[in-house]
Amino acid sequence: MTRQEIRQAIIDILADIAPDEDTASLKDDVSLRDQLGLDSMDFLDIVMELRKRYNVEVPSSDYPQLATMTSCLDYLSPKMA
Amino acid sequence: MAIQDRIVITGVGLTSPNGDNLEQYRKNLLAGVSGVQDFETRYMGKLIAGVCHYDPLKYQKKKDVRRGTRAGSIAIYCSHEAIADSGIDFSSADKSRVGVFLGITEHGNVETENEVYNISLKGYDTAFWTHHHNPRTVANNPAGEVTLSMGISGPHYTVGAACAAGNAGLISGVQMLRLGEVDVALAGGVSEAIHTFGIFASFKAQGALATHEIAAKASRPYDLDRNGIVVSEGGCVYVLERYEDARKRGAKIYGEIAGYAMNSDASDFVLPLPQRQVECMRLALARAGITPAEVDIVNTHATATRLGDQQESQAVREVFNETPTTYINNTKSFIGHAMGAAAALELAGNLPAFQDLVVHPTINVDHLDPECAIPNLVMNEPRKIQKVDYILNNSAGMLGINAVVVVKRV
Repeated sequence: MTRQEIRQAIIDILADIAPDEDTASLKDDVSLRDQLGLDSMDFLDIVMELRKRYNVEVPSSDYPQLATMTSCLDYLSPKMA
Repeated sequence: MAIQDRIVITGVGLTSPNGDNLEQYRKNLLAGVSGVQDFETRYMGKLIAGVCHYDPLKYQKKKDVRRGTRAGSIAIYCSHEAIADSGIDFSSADKSRVGVFLGITEHGNVETENEVYNISLKGYDTAFWTHHHNPRTVANNPAGEVTLSMGISGPHYTVGAACAAGNAGLISGVQMLRLGEVDVALAGGVSEAIHTFGIFASFKAQGALATHEIAAKASRPYDLDRNGIVVSEGGCVYVLERYEDARKRGAKIYGEIAGYAMNSDASDFVLPLPQRQVECMRLALARAGITPAEVDIVNTHATATRLGDQQESQAVREVFNETPTTYINNTKSFIGHAMGAAAALELAGNLPAFQDLVVHPTINVDHLDPECAIPNLVMNEPRKIQKVDYILNNSAGMLGINAVVVVKRV
């Protein structure tokens, strides 16, 4: 997947997890938690959806890598390339 | 009874297969409008069920609906509606003095079935089992979701009481008010039962699942052609307060919980025991300080199983044997069996009779089972009567649990 495709995949997951929020205009360098009001259960949902949809494992020690869109892309690009 | 022990109903919030508020529900009960419909299920194809049509987004965000349970959503809807109906200024209320007490027949089956289905798509790899499973399936979930939604910090729990749970939840609310644990109780019952196949399959295996070419005709208590239960979802939550508190704030009072009783058959997993039902009704009447003849309406449990209907009829006939002005009805013929919500919804449908003096009928009785021919059974058409001062709401459930509530006009 290209970086752009991975970005869209993350947005699709976020749209399901935070259905009341506007995920189309996310800022890539601002924390997802702050922009979307995510809590720890939501991040576990992101991890689960990555596992379900893309067979990608995110160990708990790597959860901080999911903080922003940019950090997500940096972290996931090698795994989803 | 000490003045602080007088507990009254000051708000009603409900969703039933034939109405999402008391006014609409009552209107349909008087007009003979059923809420039972065809219902598609994952494993069993097209069945018949009572399905609610309330708008979950009236009081929840999409995310809350996704994260929570159907029972929680129903409980949230009913609780918000009940508080709004009560006229309590909830924004300034002391939320630590509010409690939530909801009857459930079961909880967690829906969520567990969904997860088993989800991992079945992944070769039963439990790594795909959701972290939401535990908060969704803890038994207090429906009541707990209400506290999260409304910022209630007083006590909350559910009461597992099979199909008597709606009355059991109501009784818990009364008790917590009398104990001084809370000043406002949100009490009643909820059910999400239709969203799991297990309850349908189990009733089917028992030969007790209703079938009919026309869904609205499928739930037919007391009719010779009945063939079982229509499973339904639903909820009904009451605002309960001490009479003095309600009077001081000029609240509209639907009725007073004059008496209640619960007991156990101690006889069978499934079959009811009429004698114990008799004892339960008599204990509730004694606590209300009235004779059977003073009761104007008896709402029966009447699930539309042959033995259940007949045995309850026997119990009702024994208690109400010299009571010429006591009228009998039931509600499942309209809405099916709303399980944890059943008793609470069934009481709600009768409360307006304190004002309009009309007994709603039981519908779908084309050929009355002679074993269910209780005097003054109101069938197919509503009946206006002379006075309505007391309503007795009877309920019973598996493992031999009985719960009766007597409500008095104030």
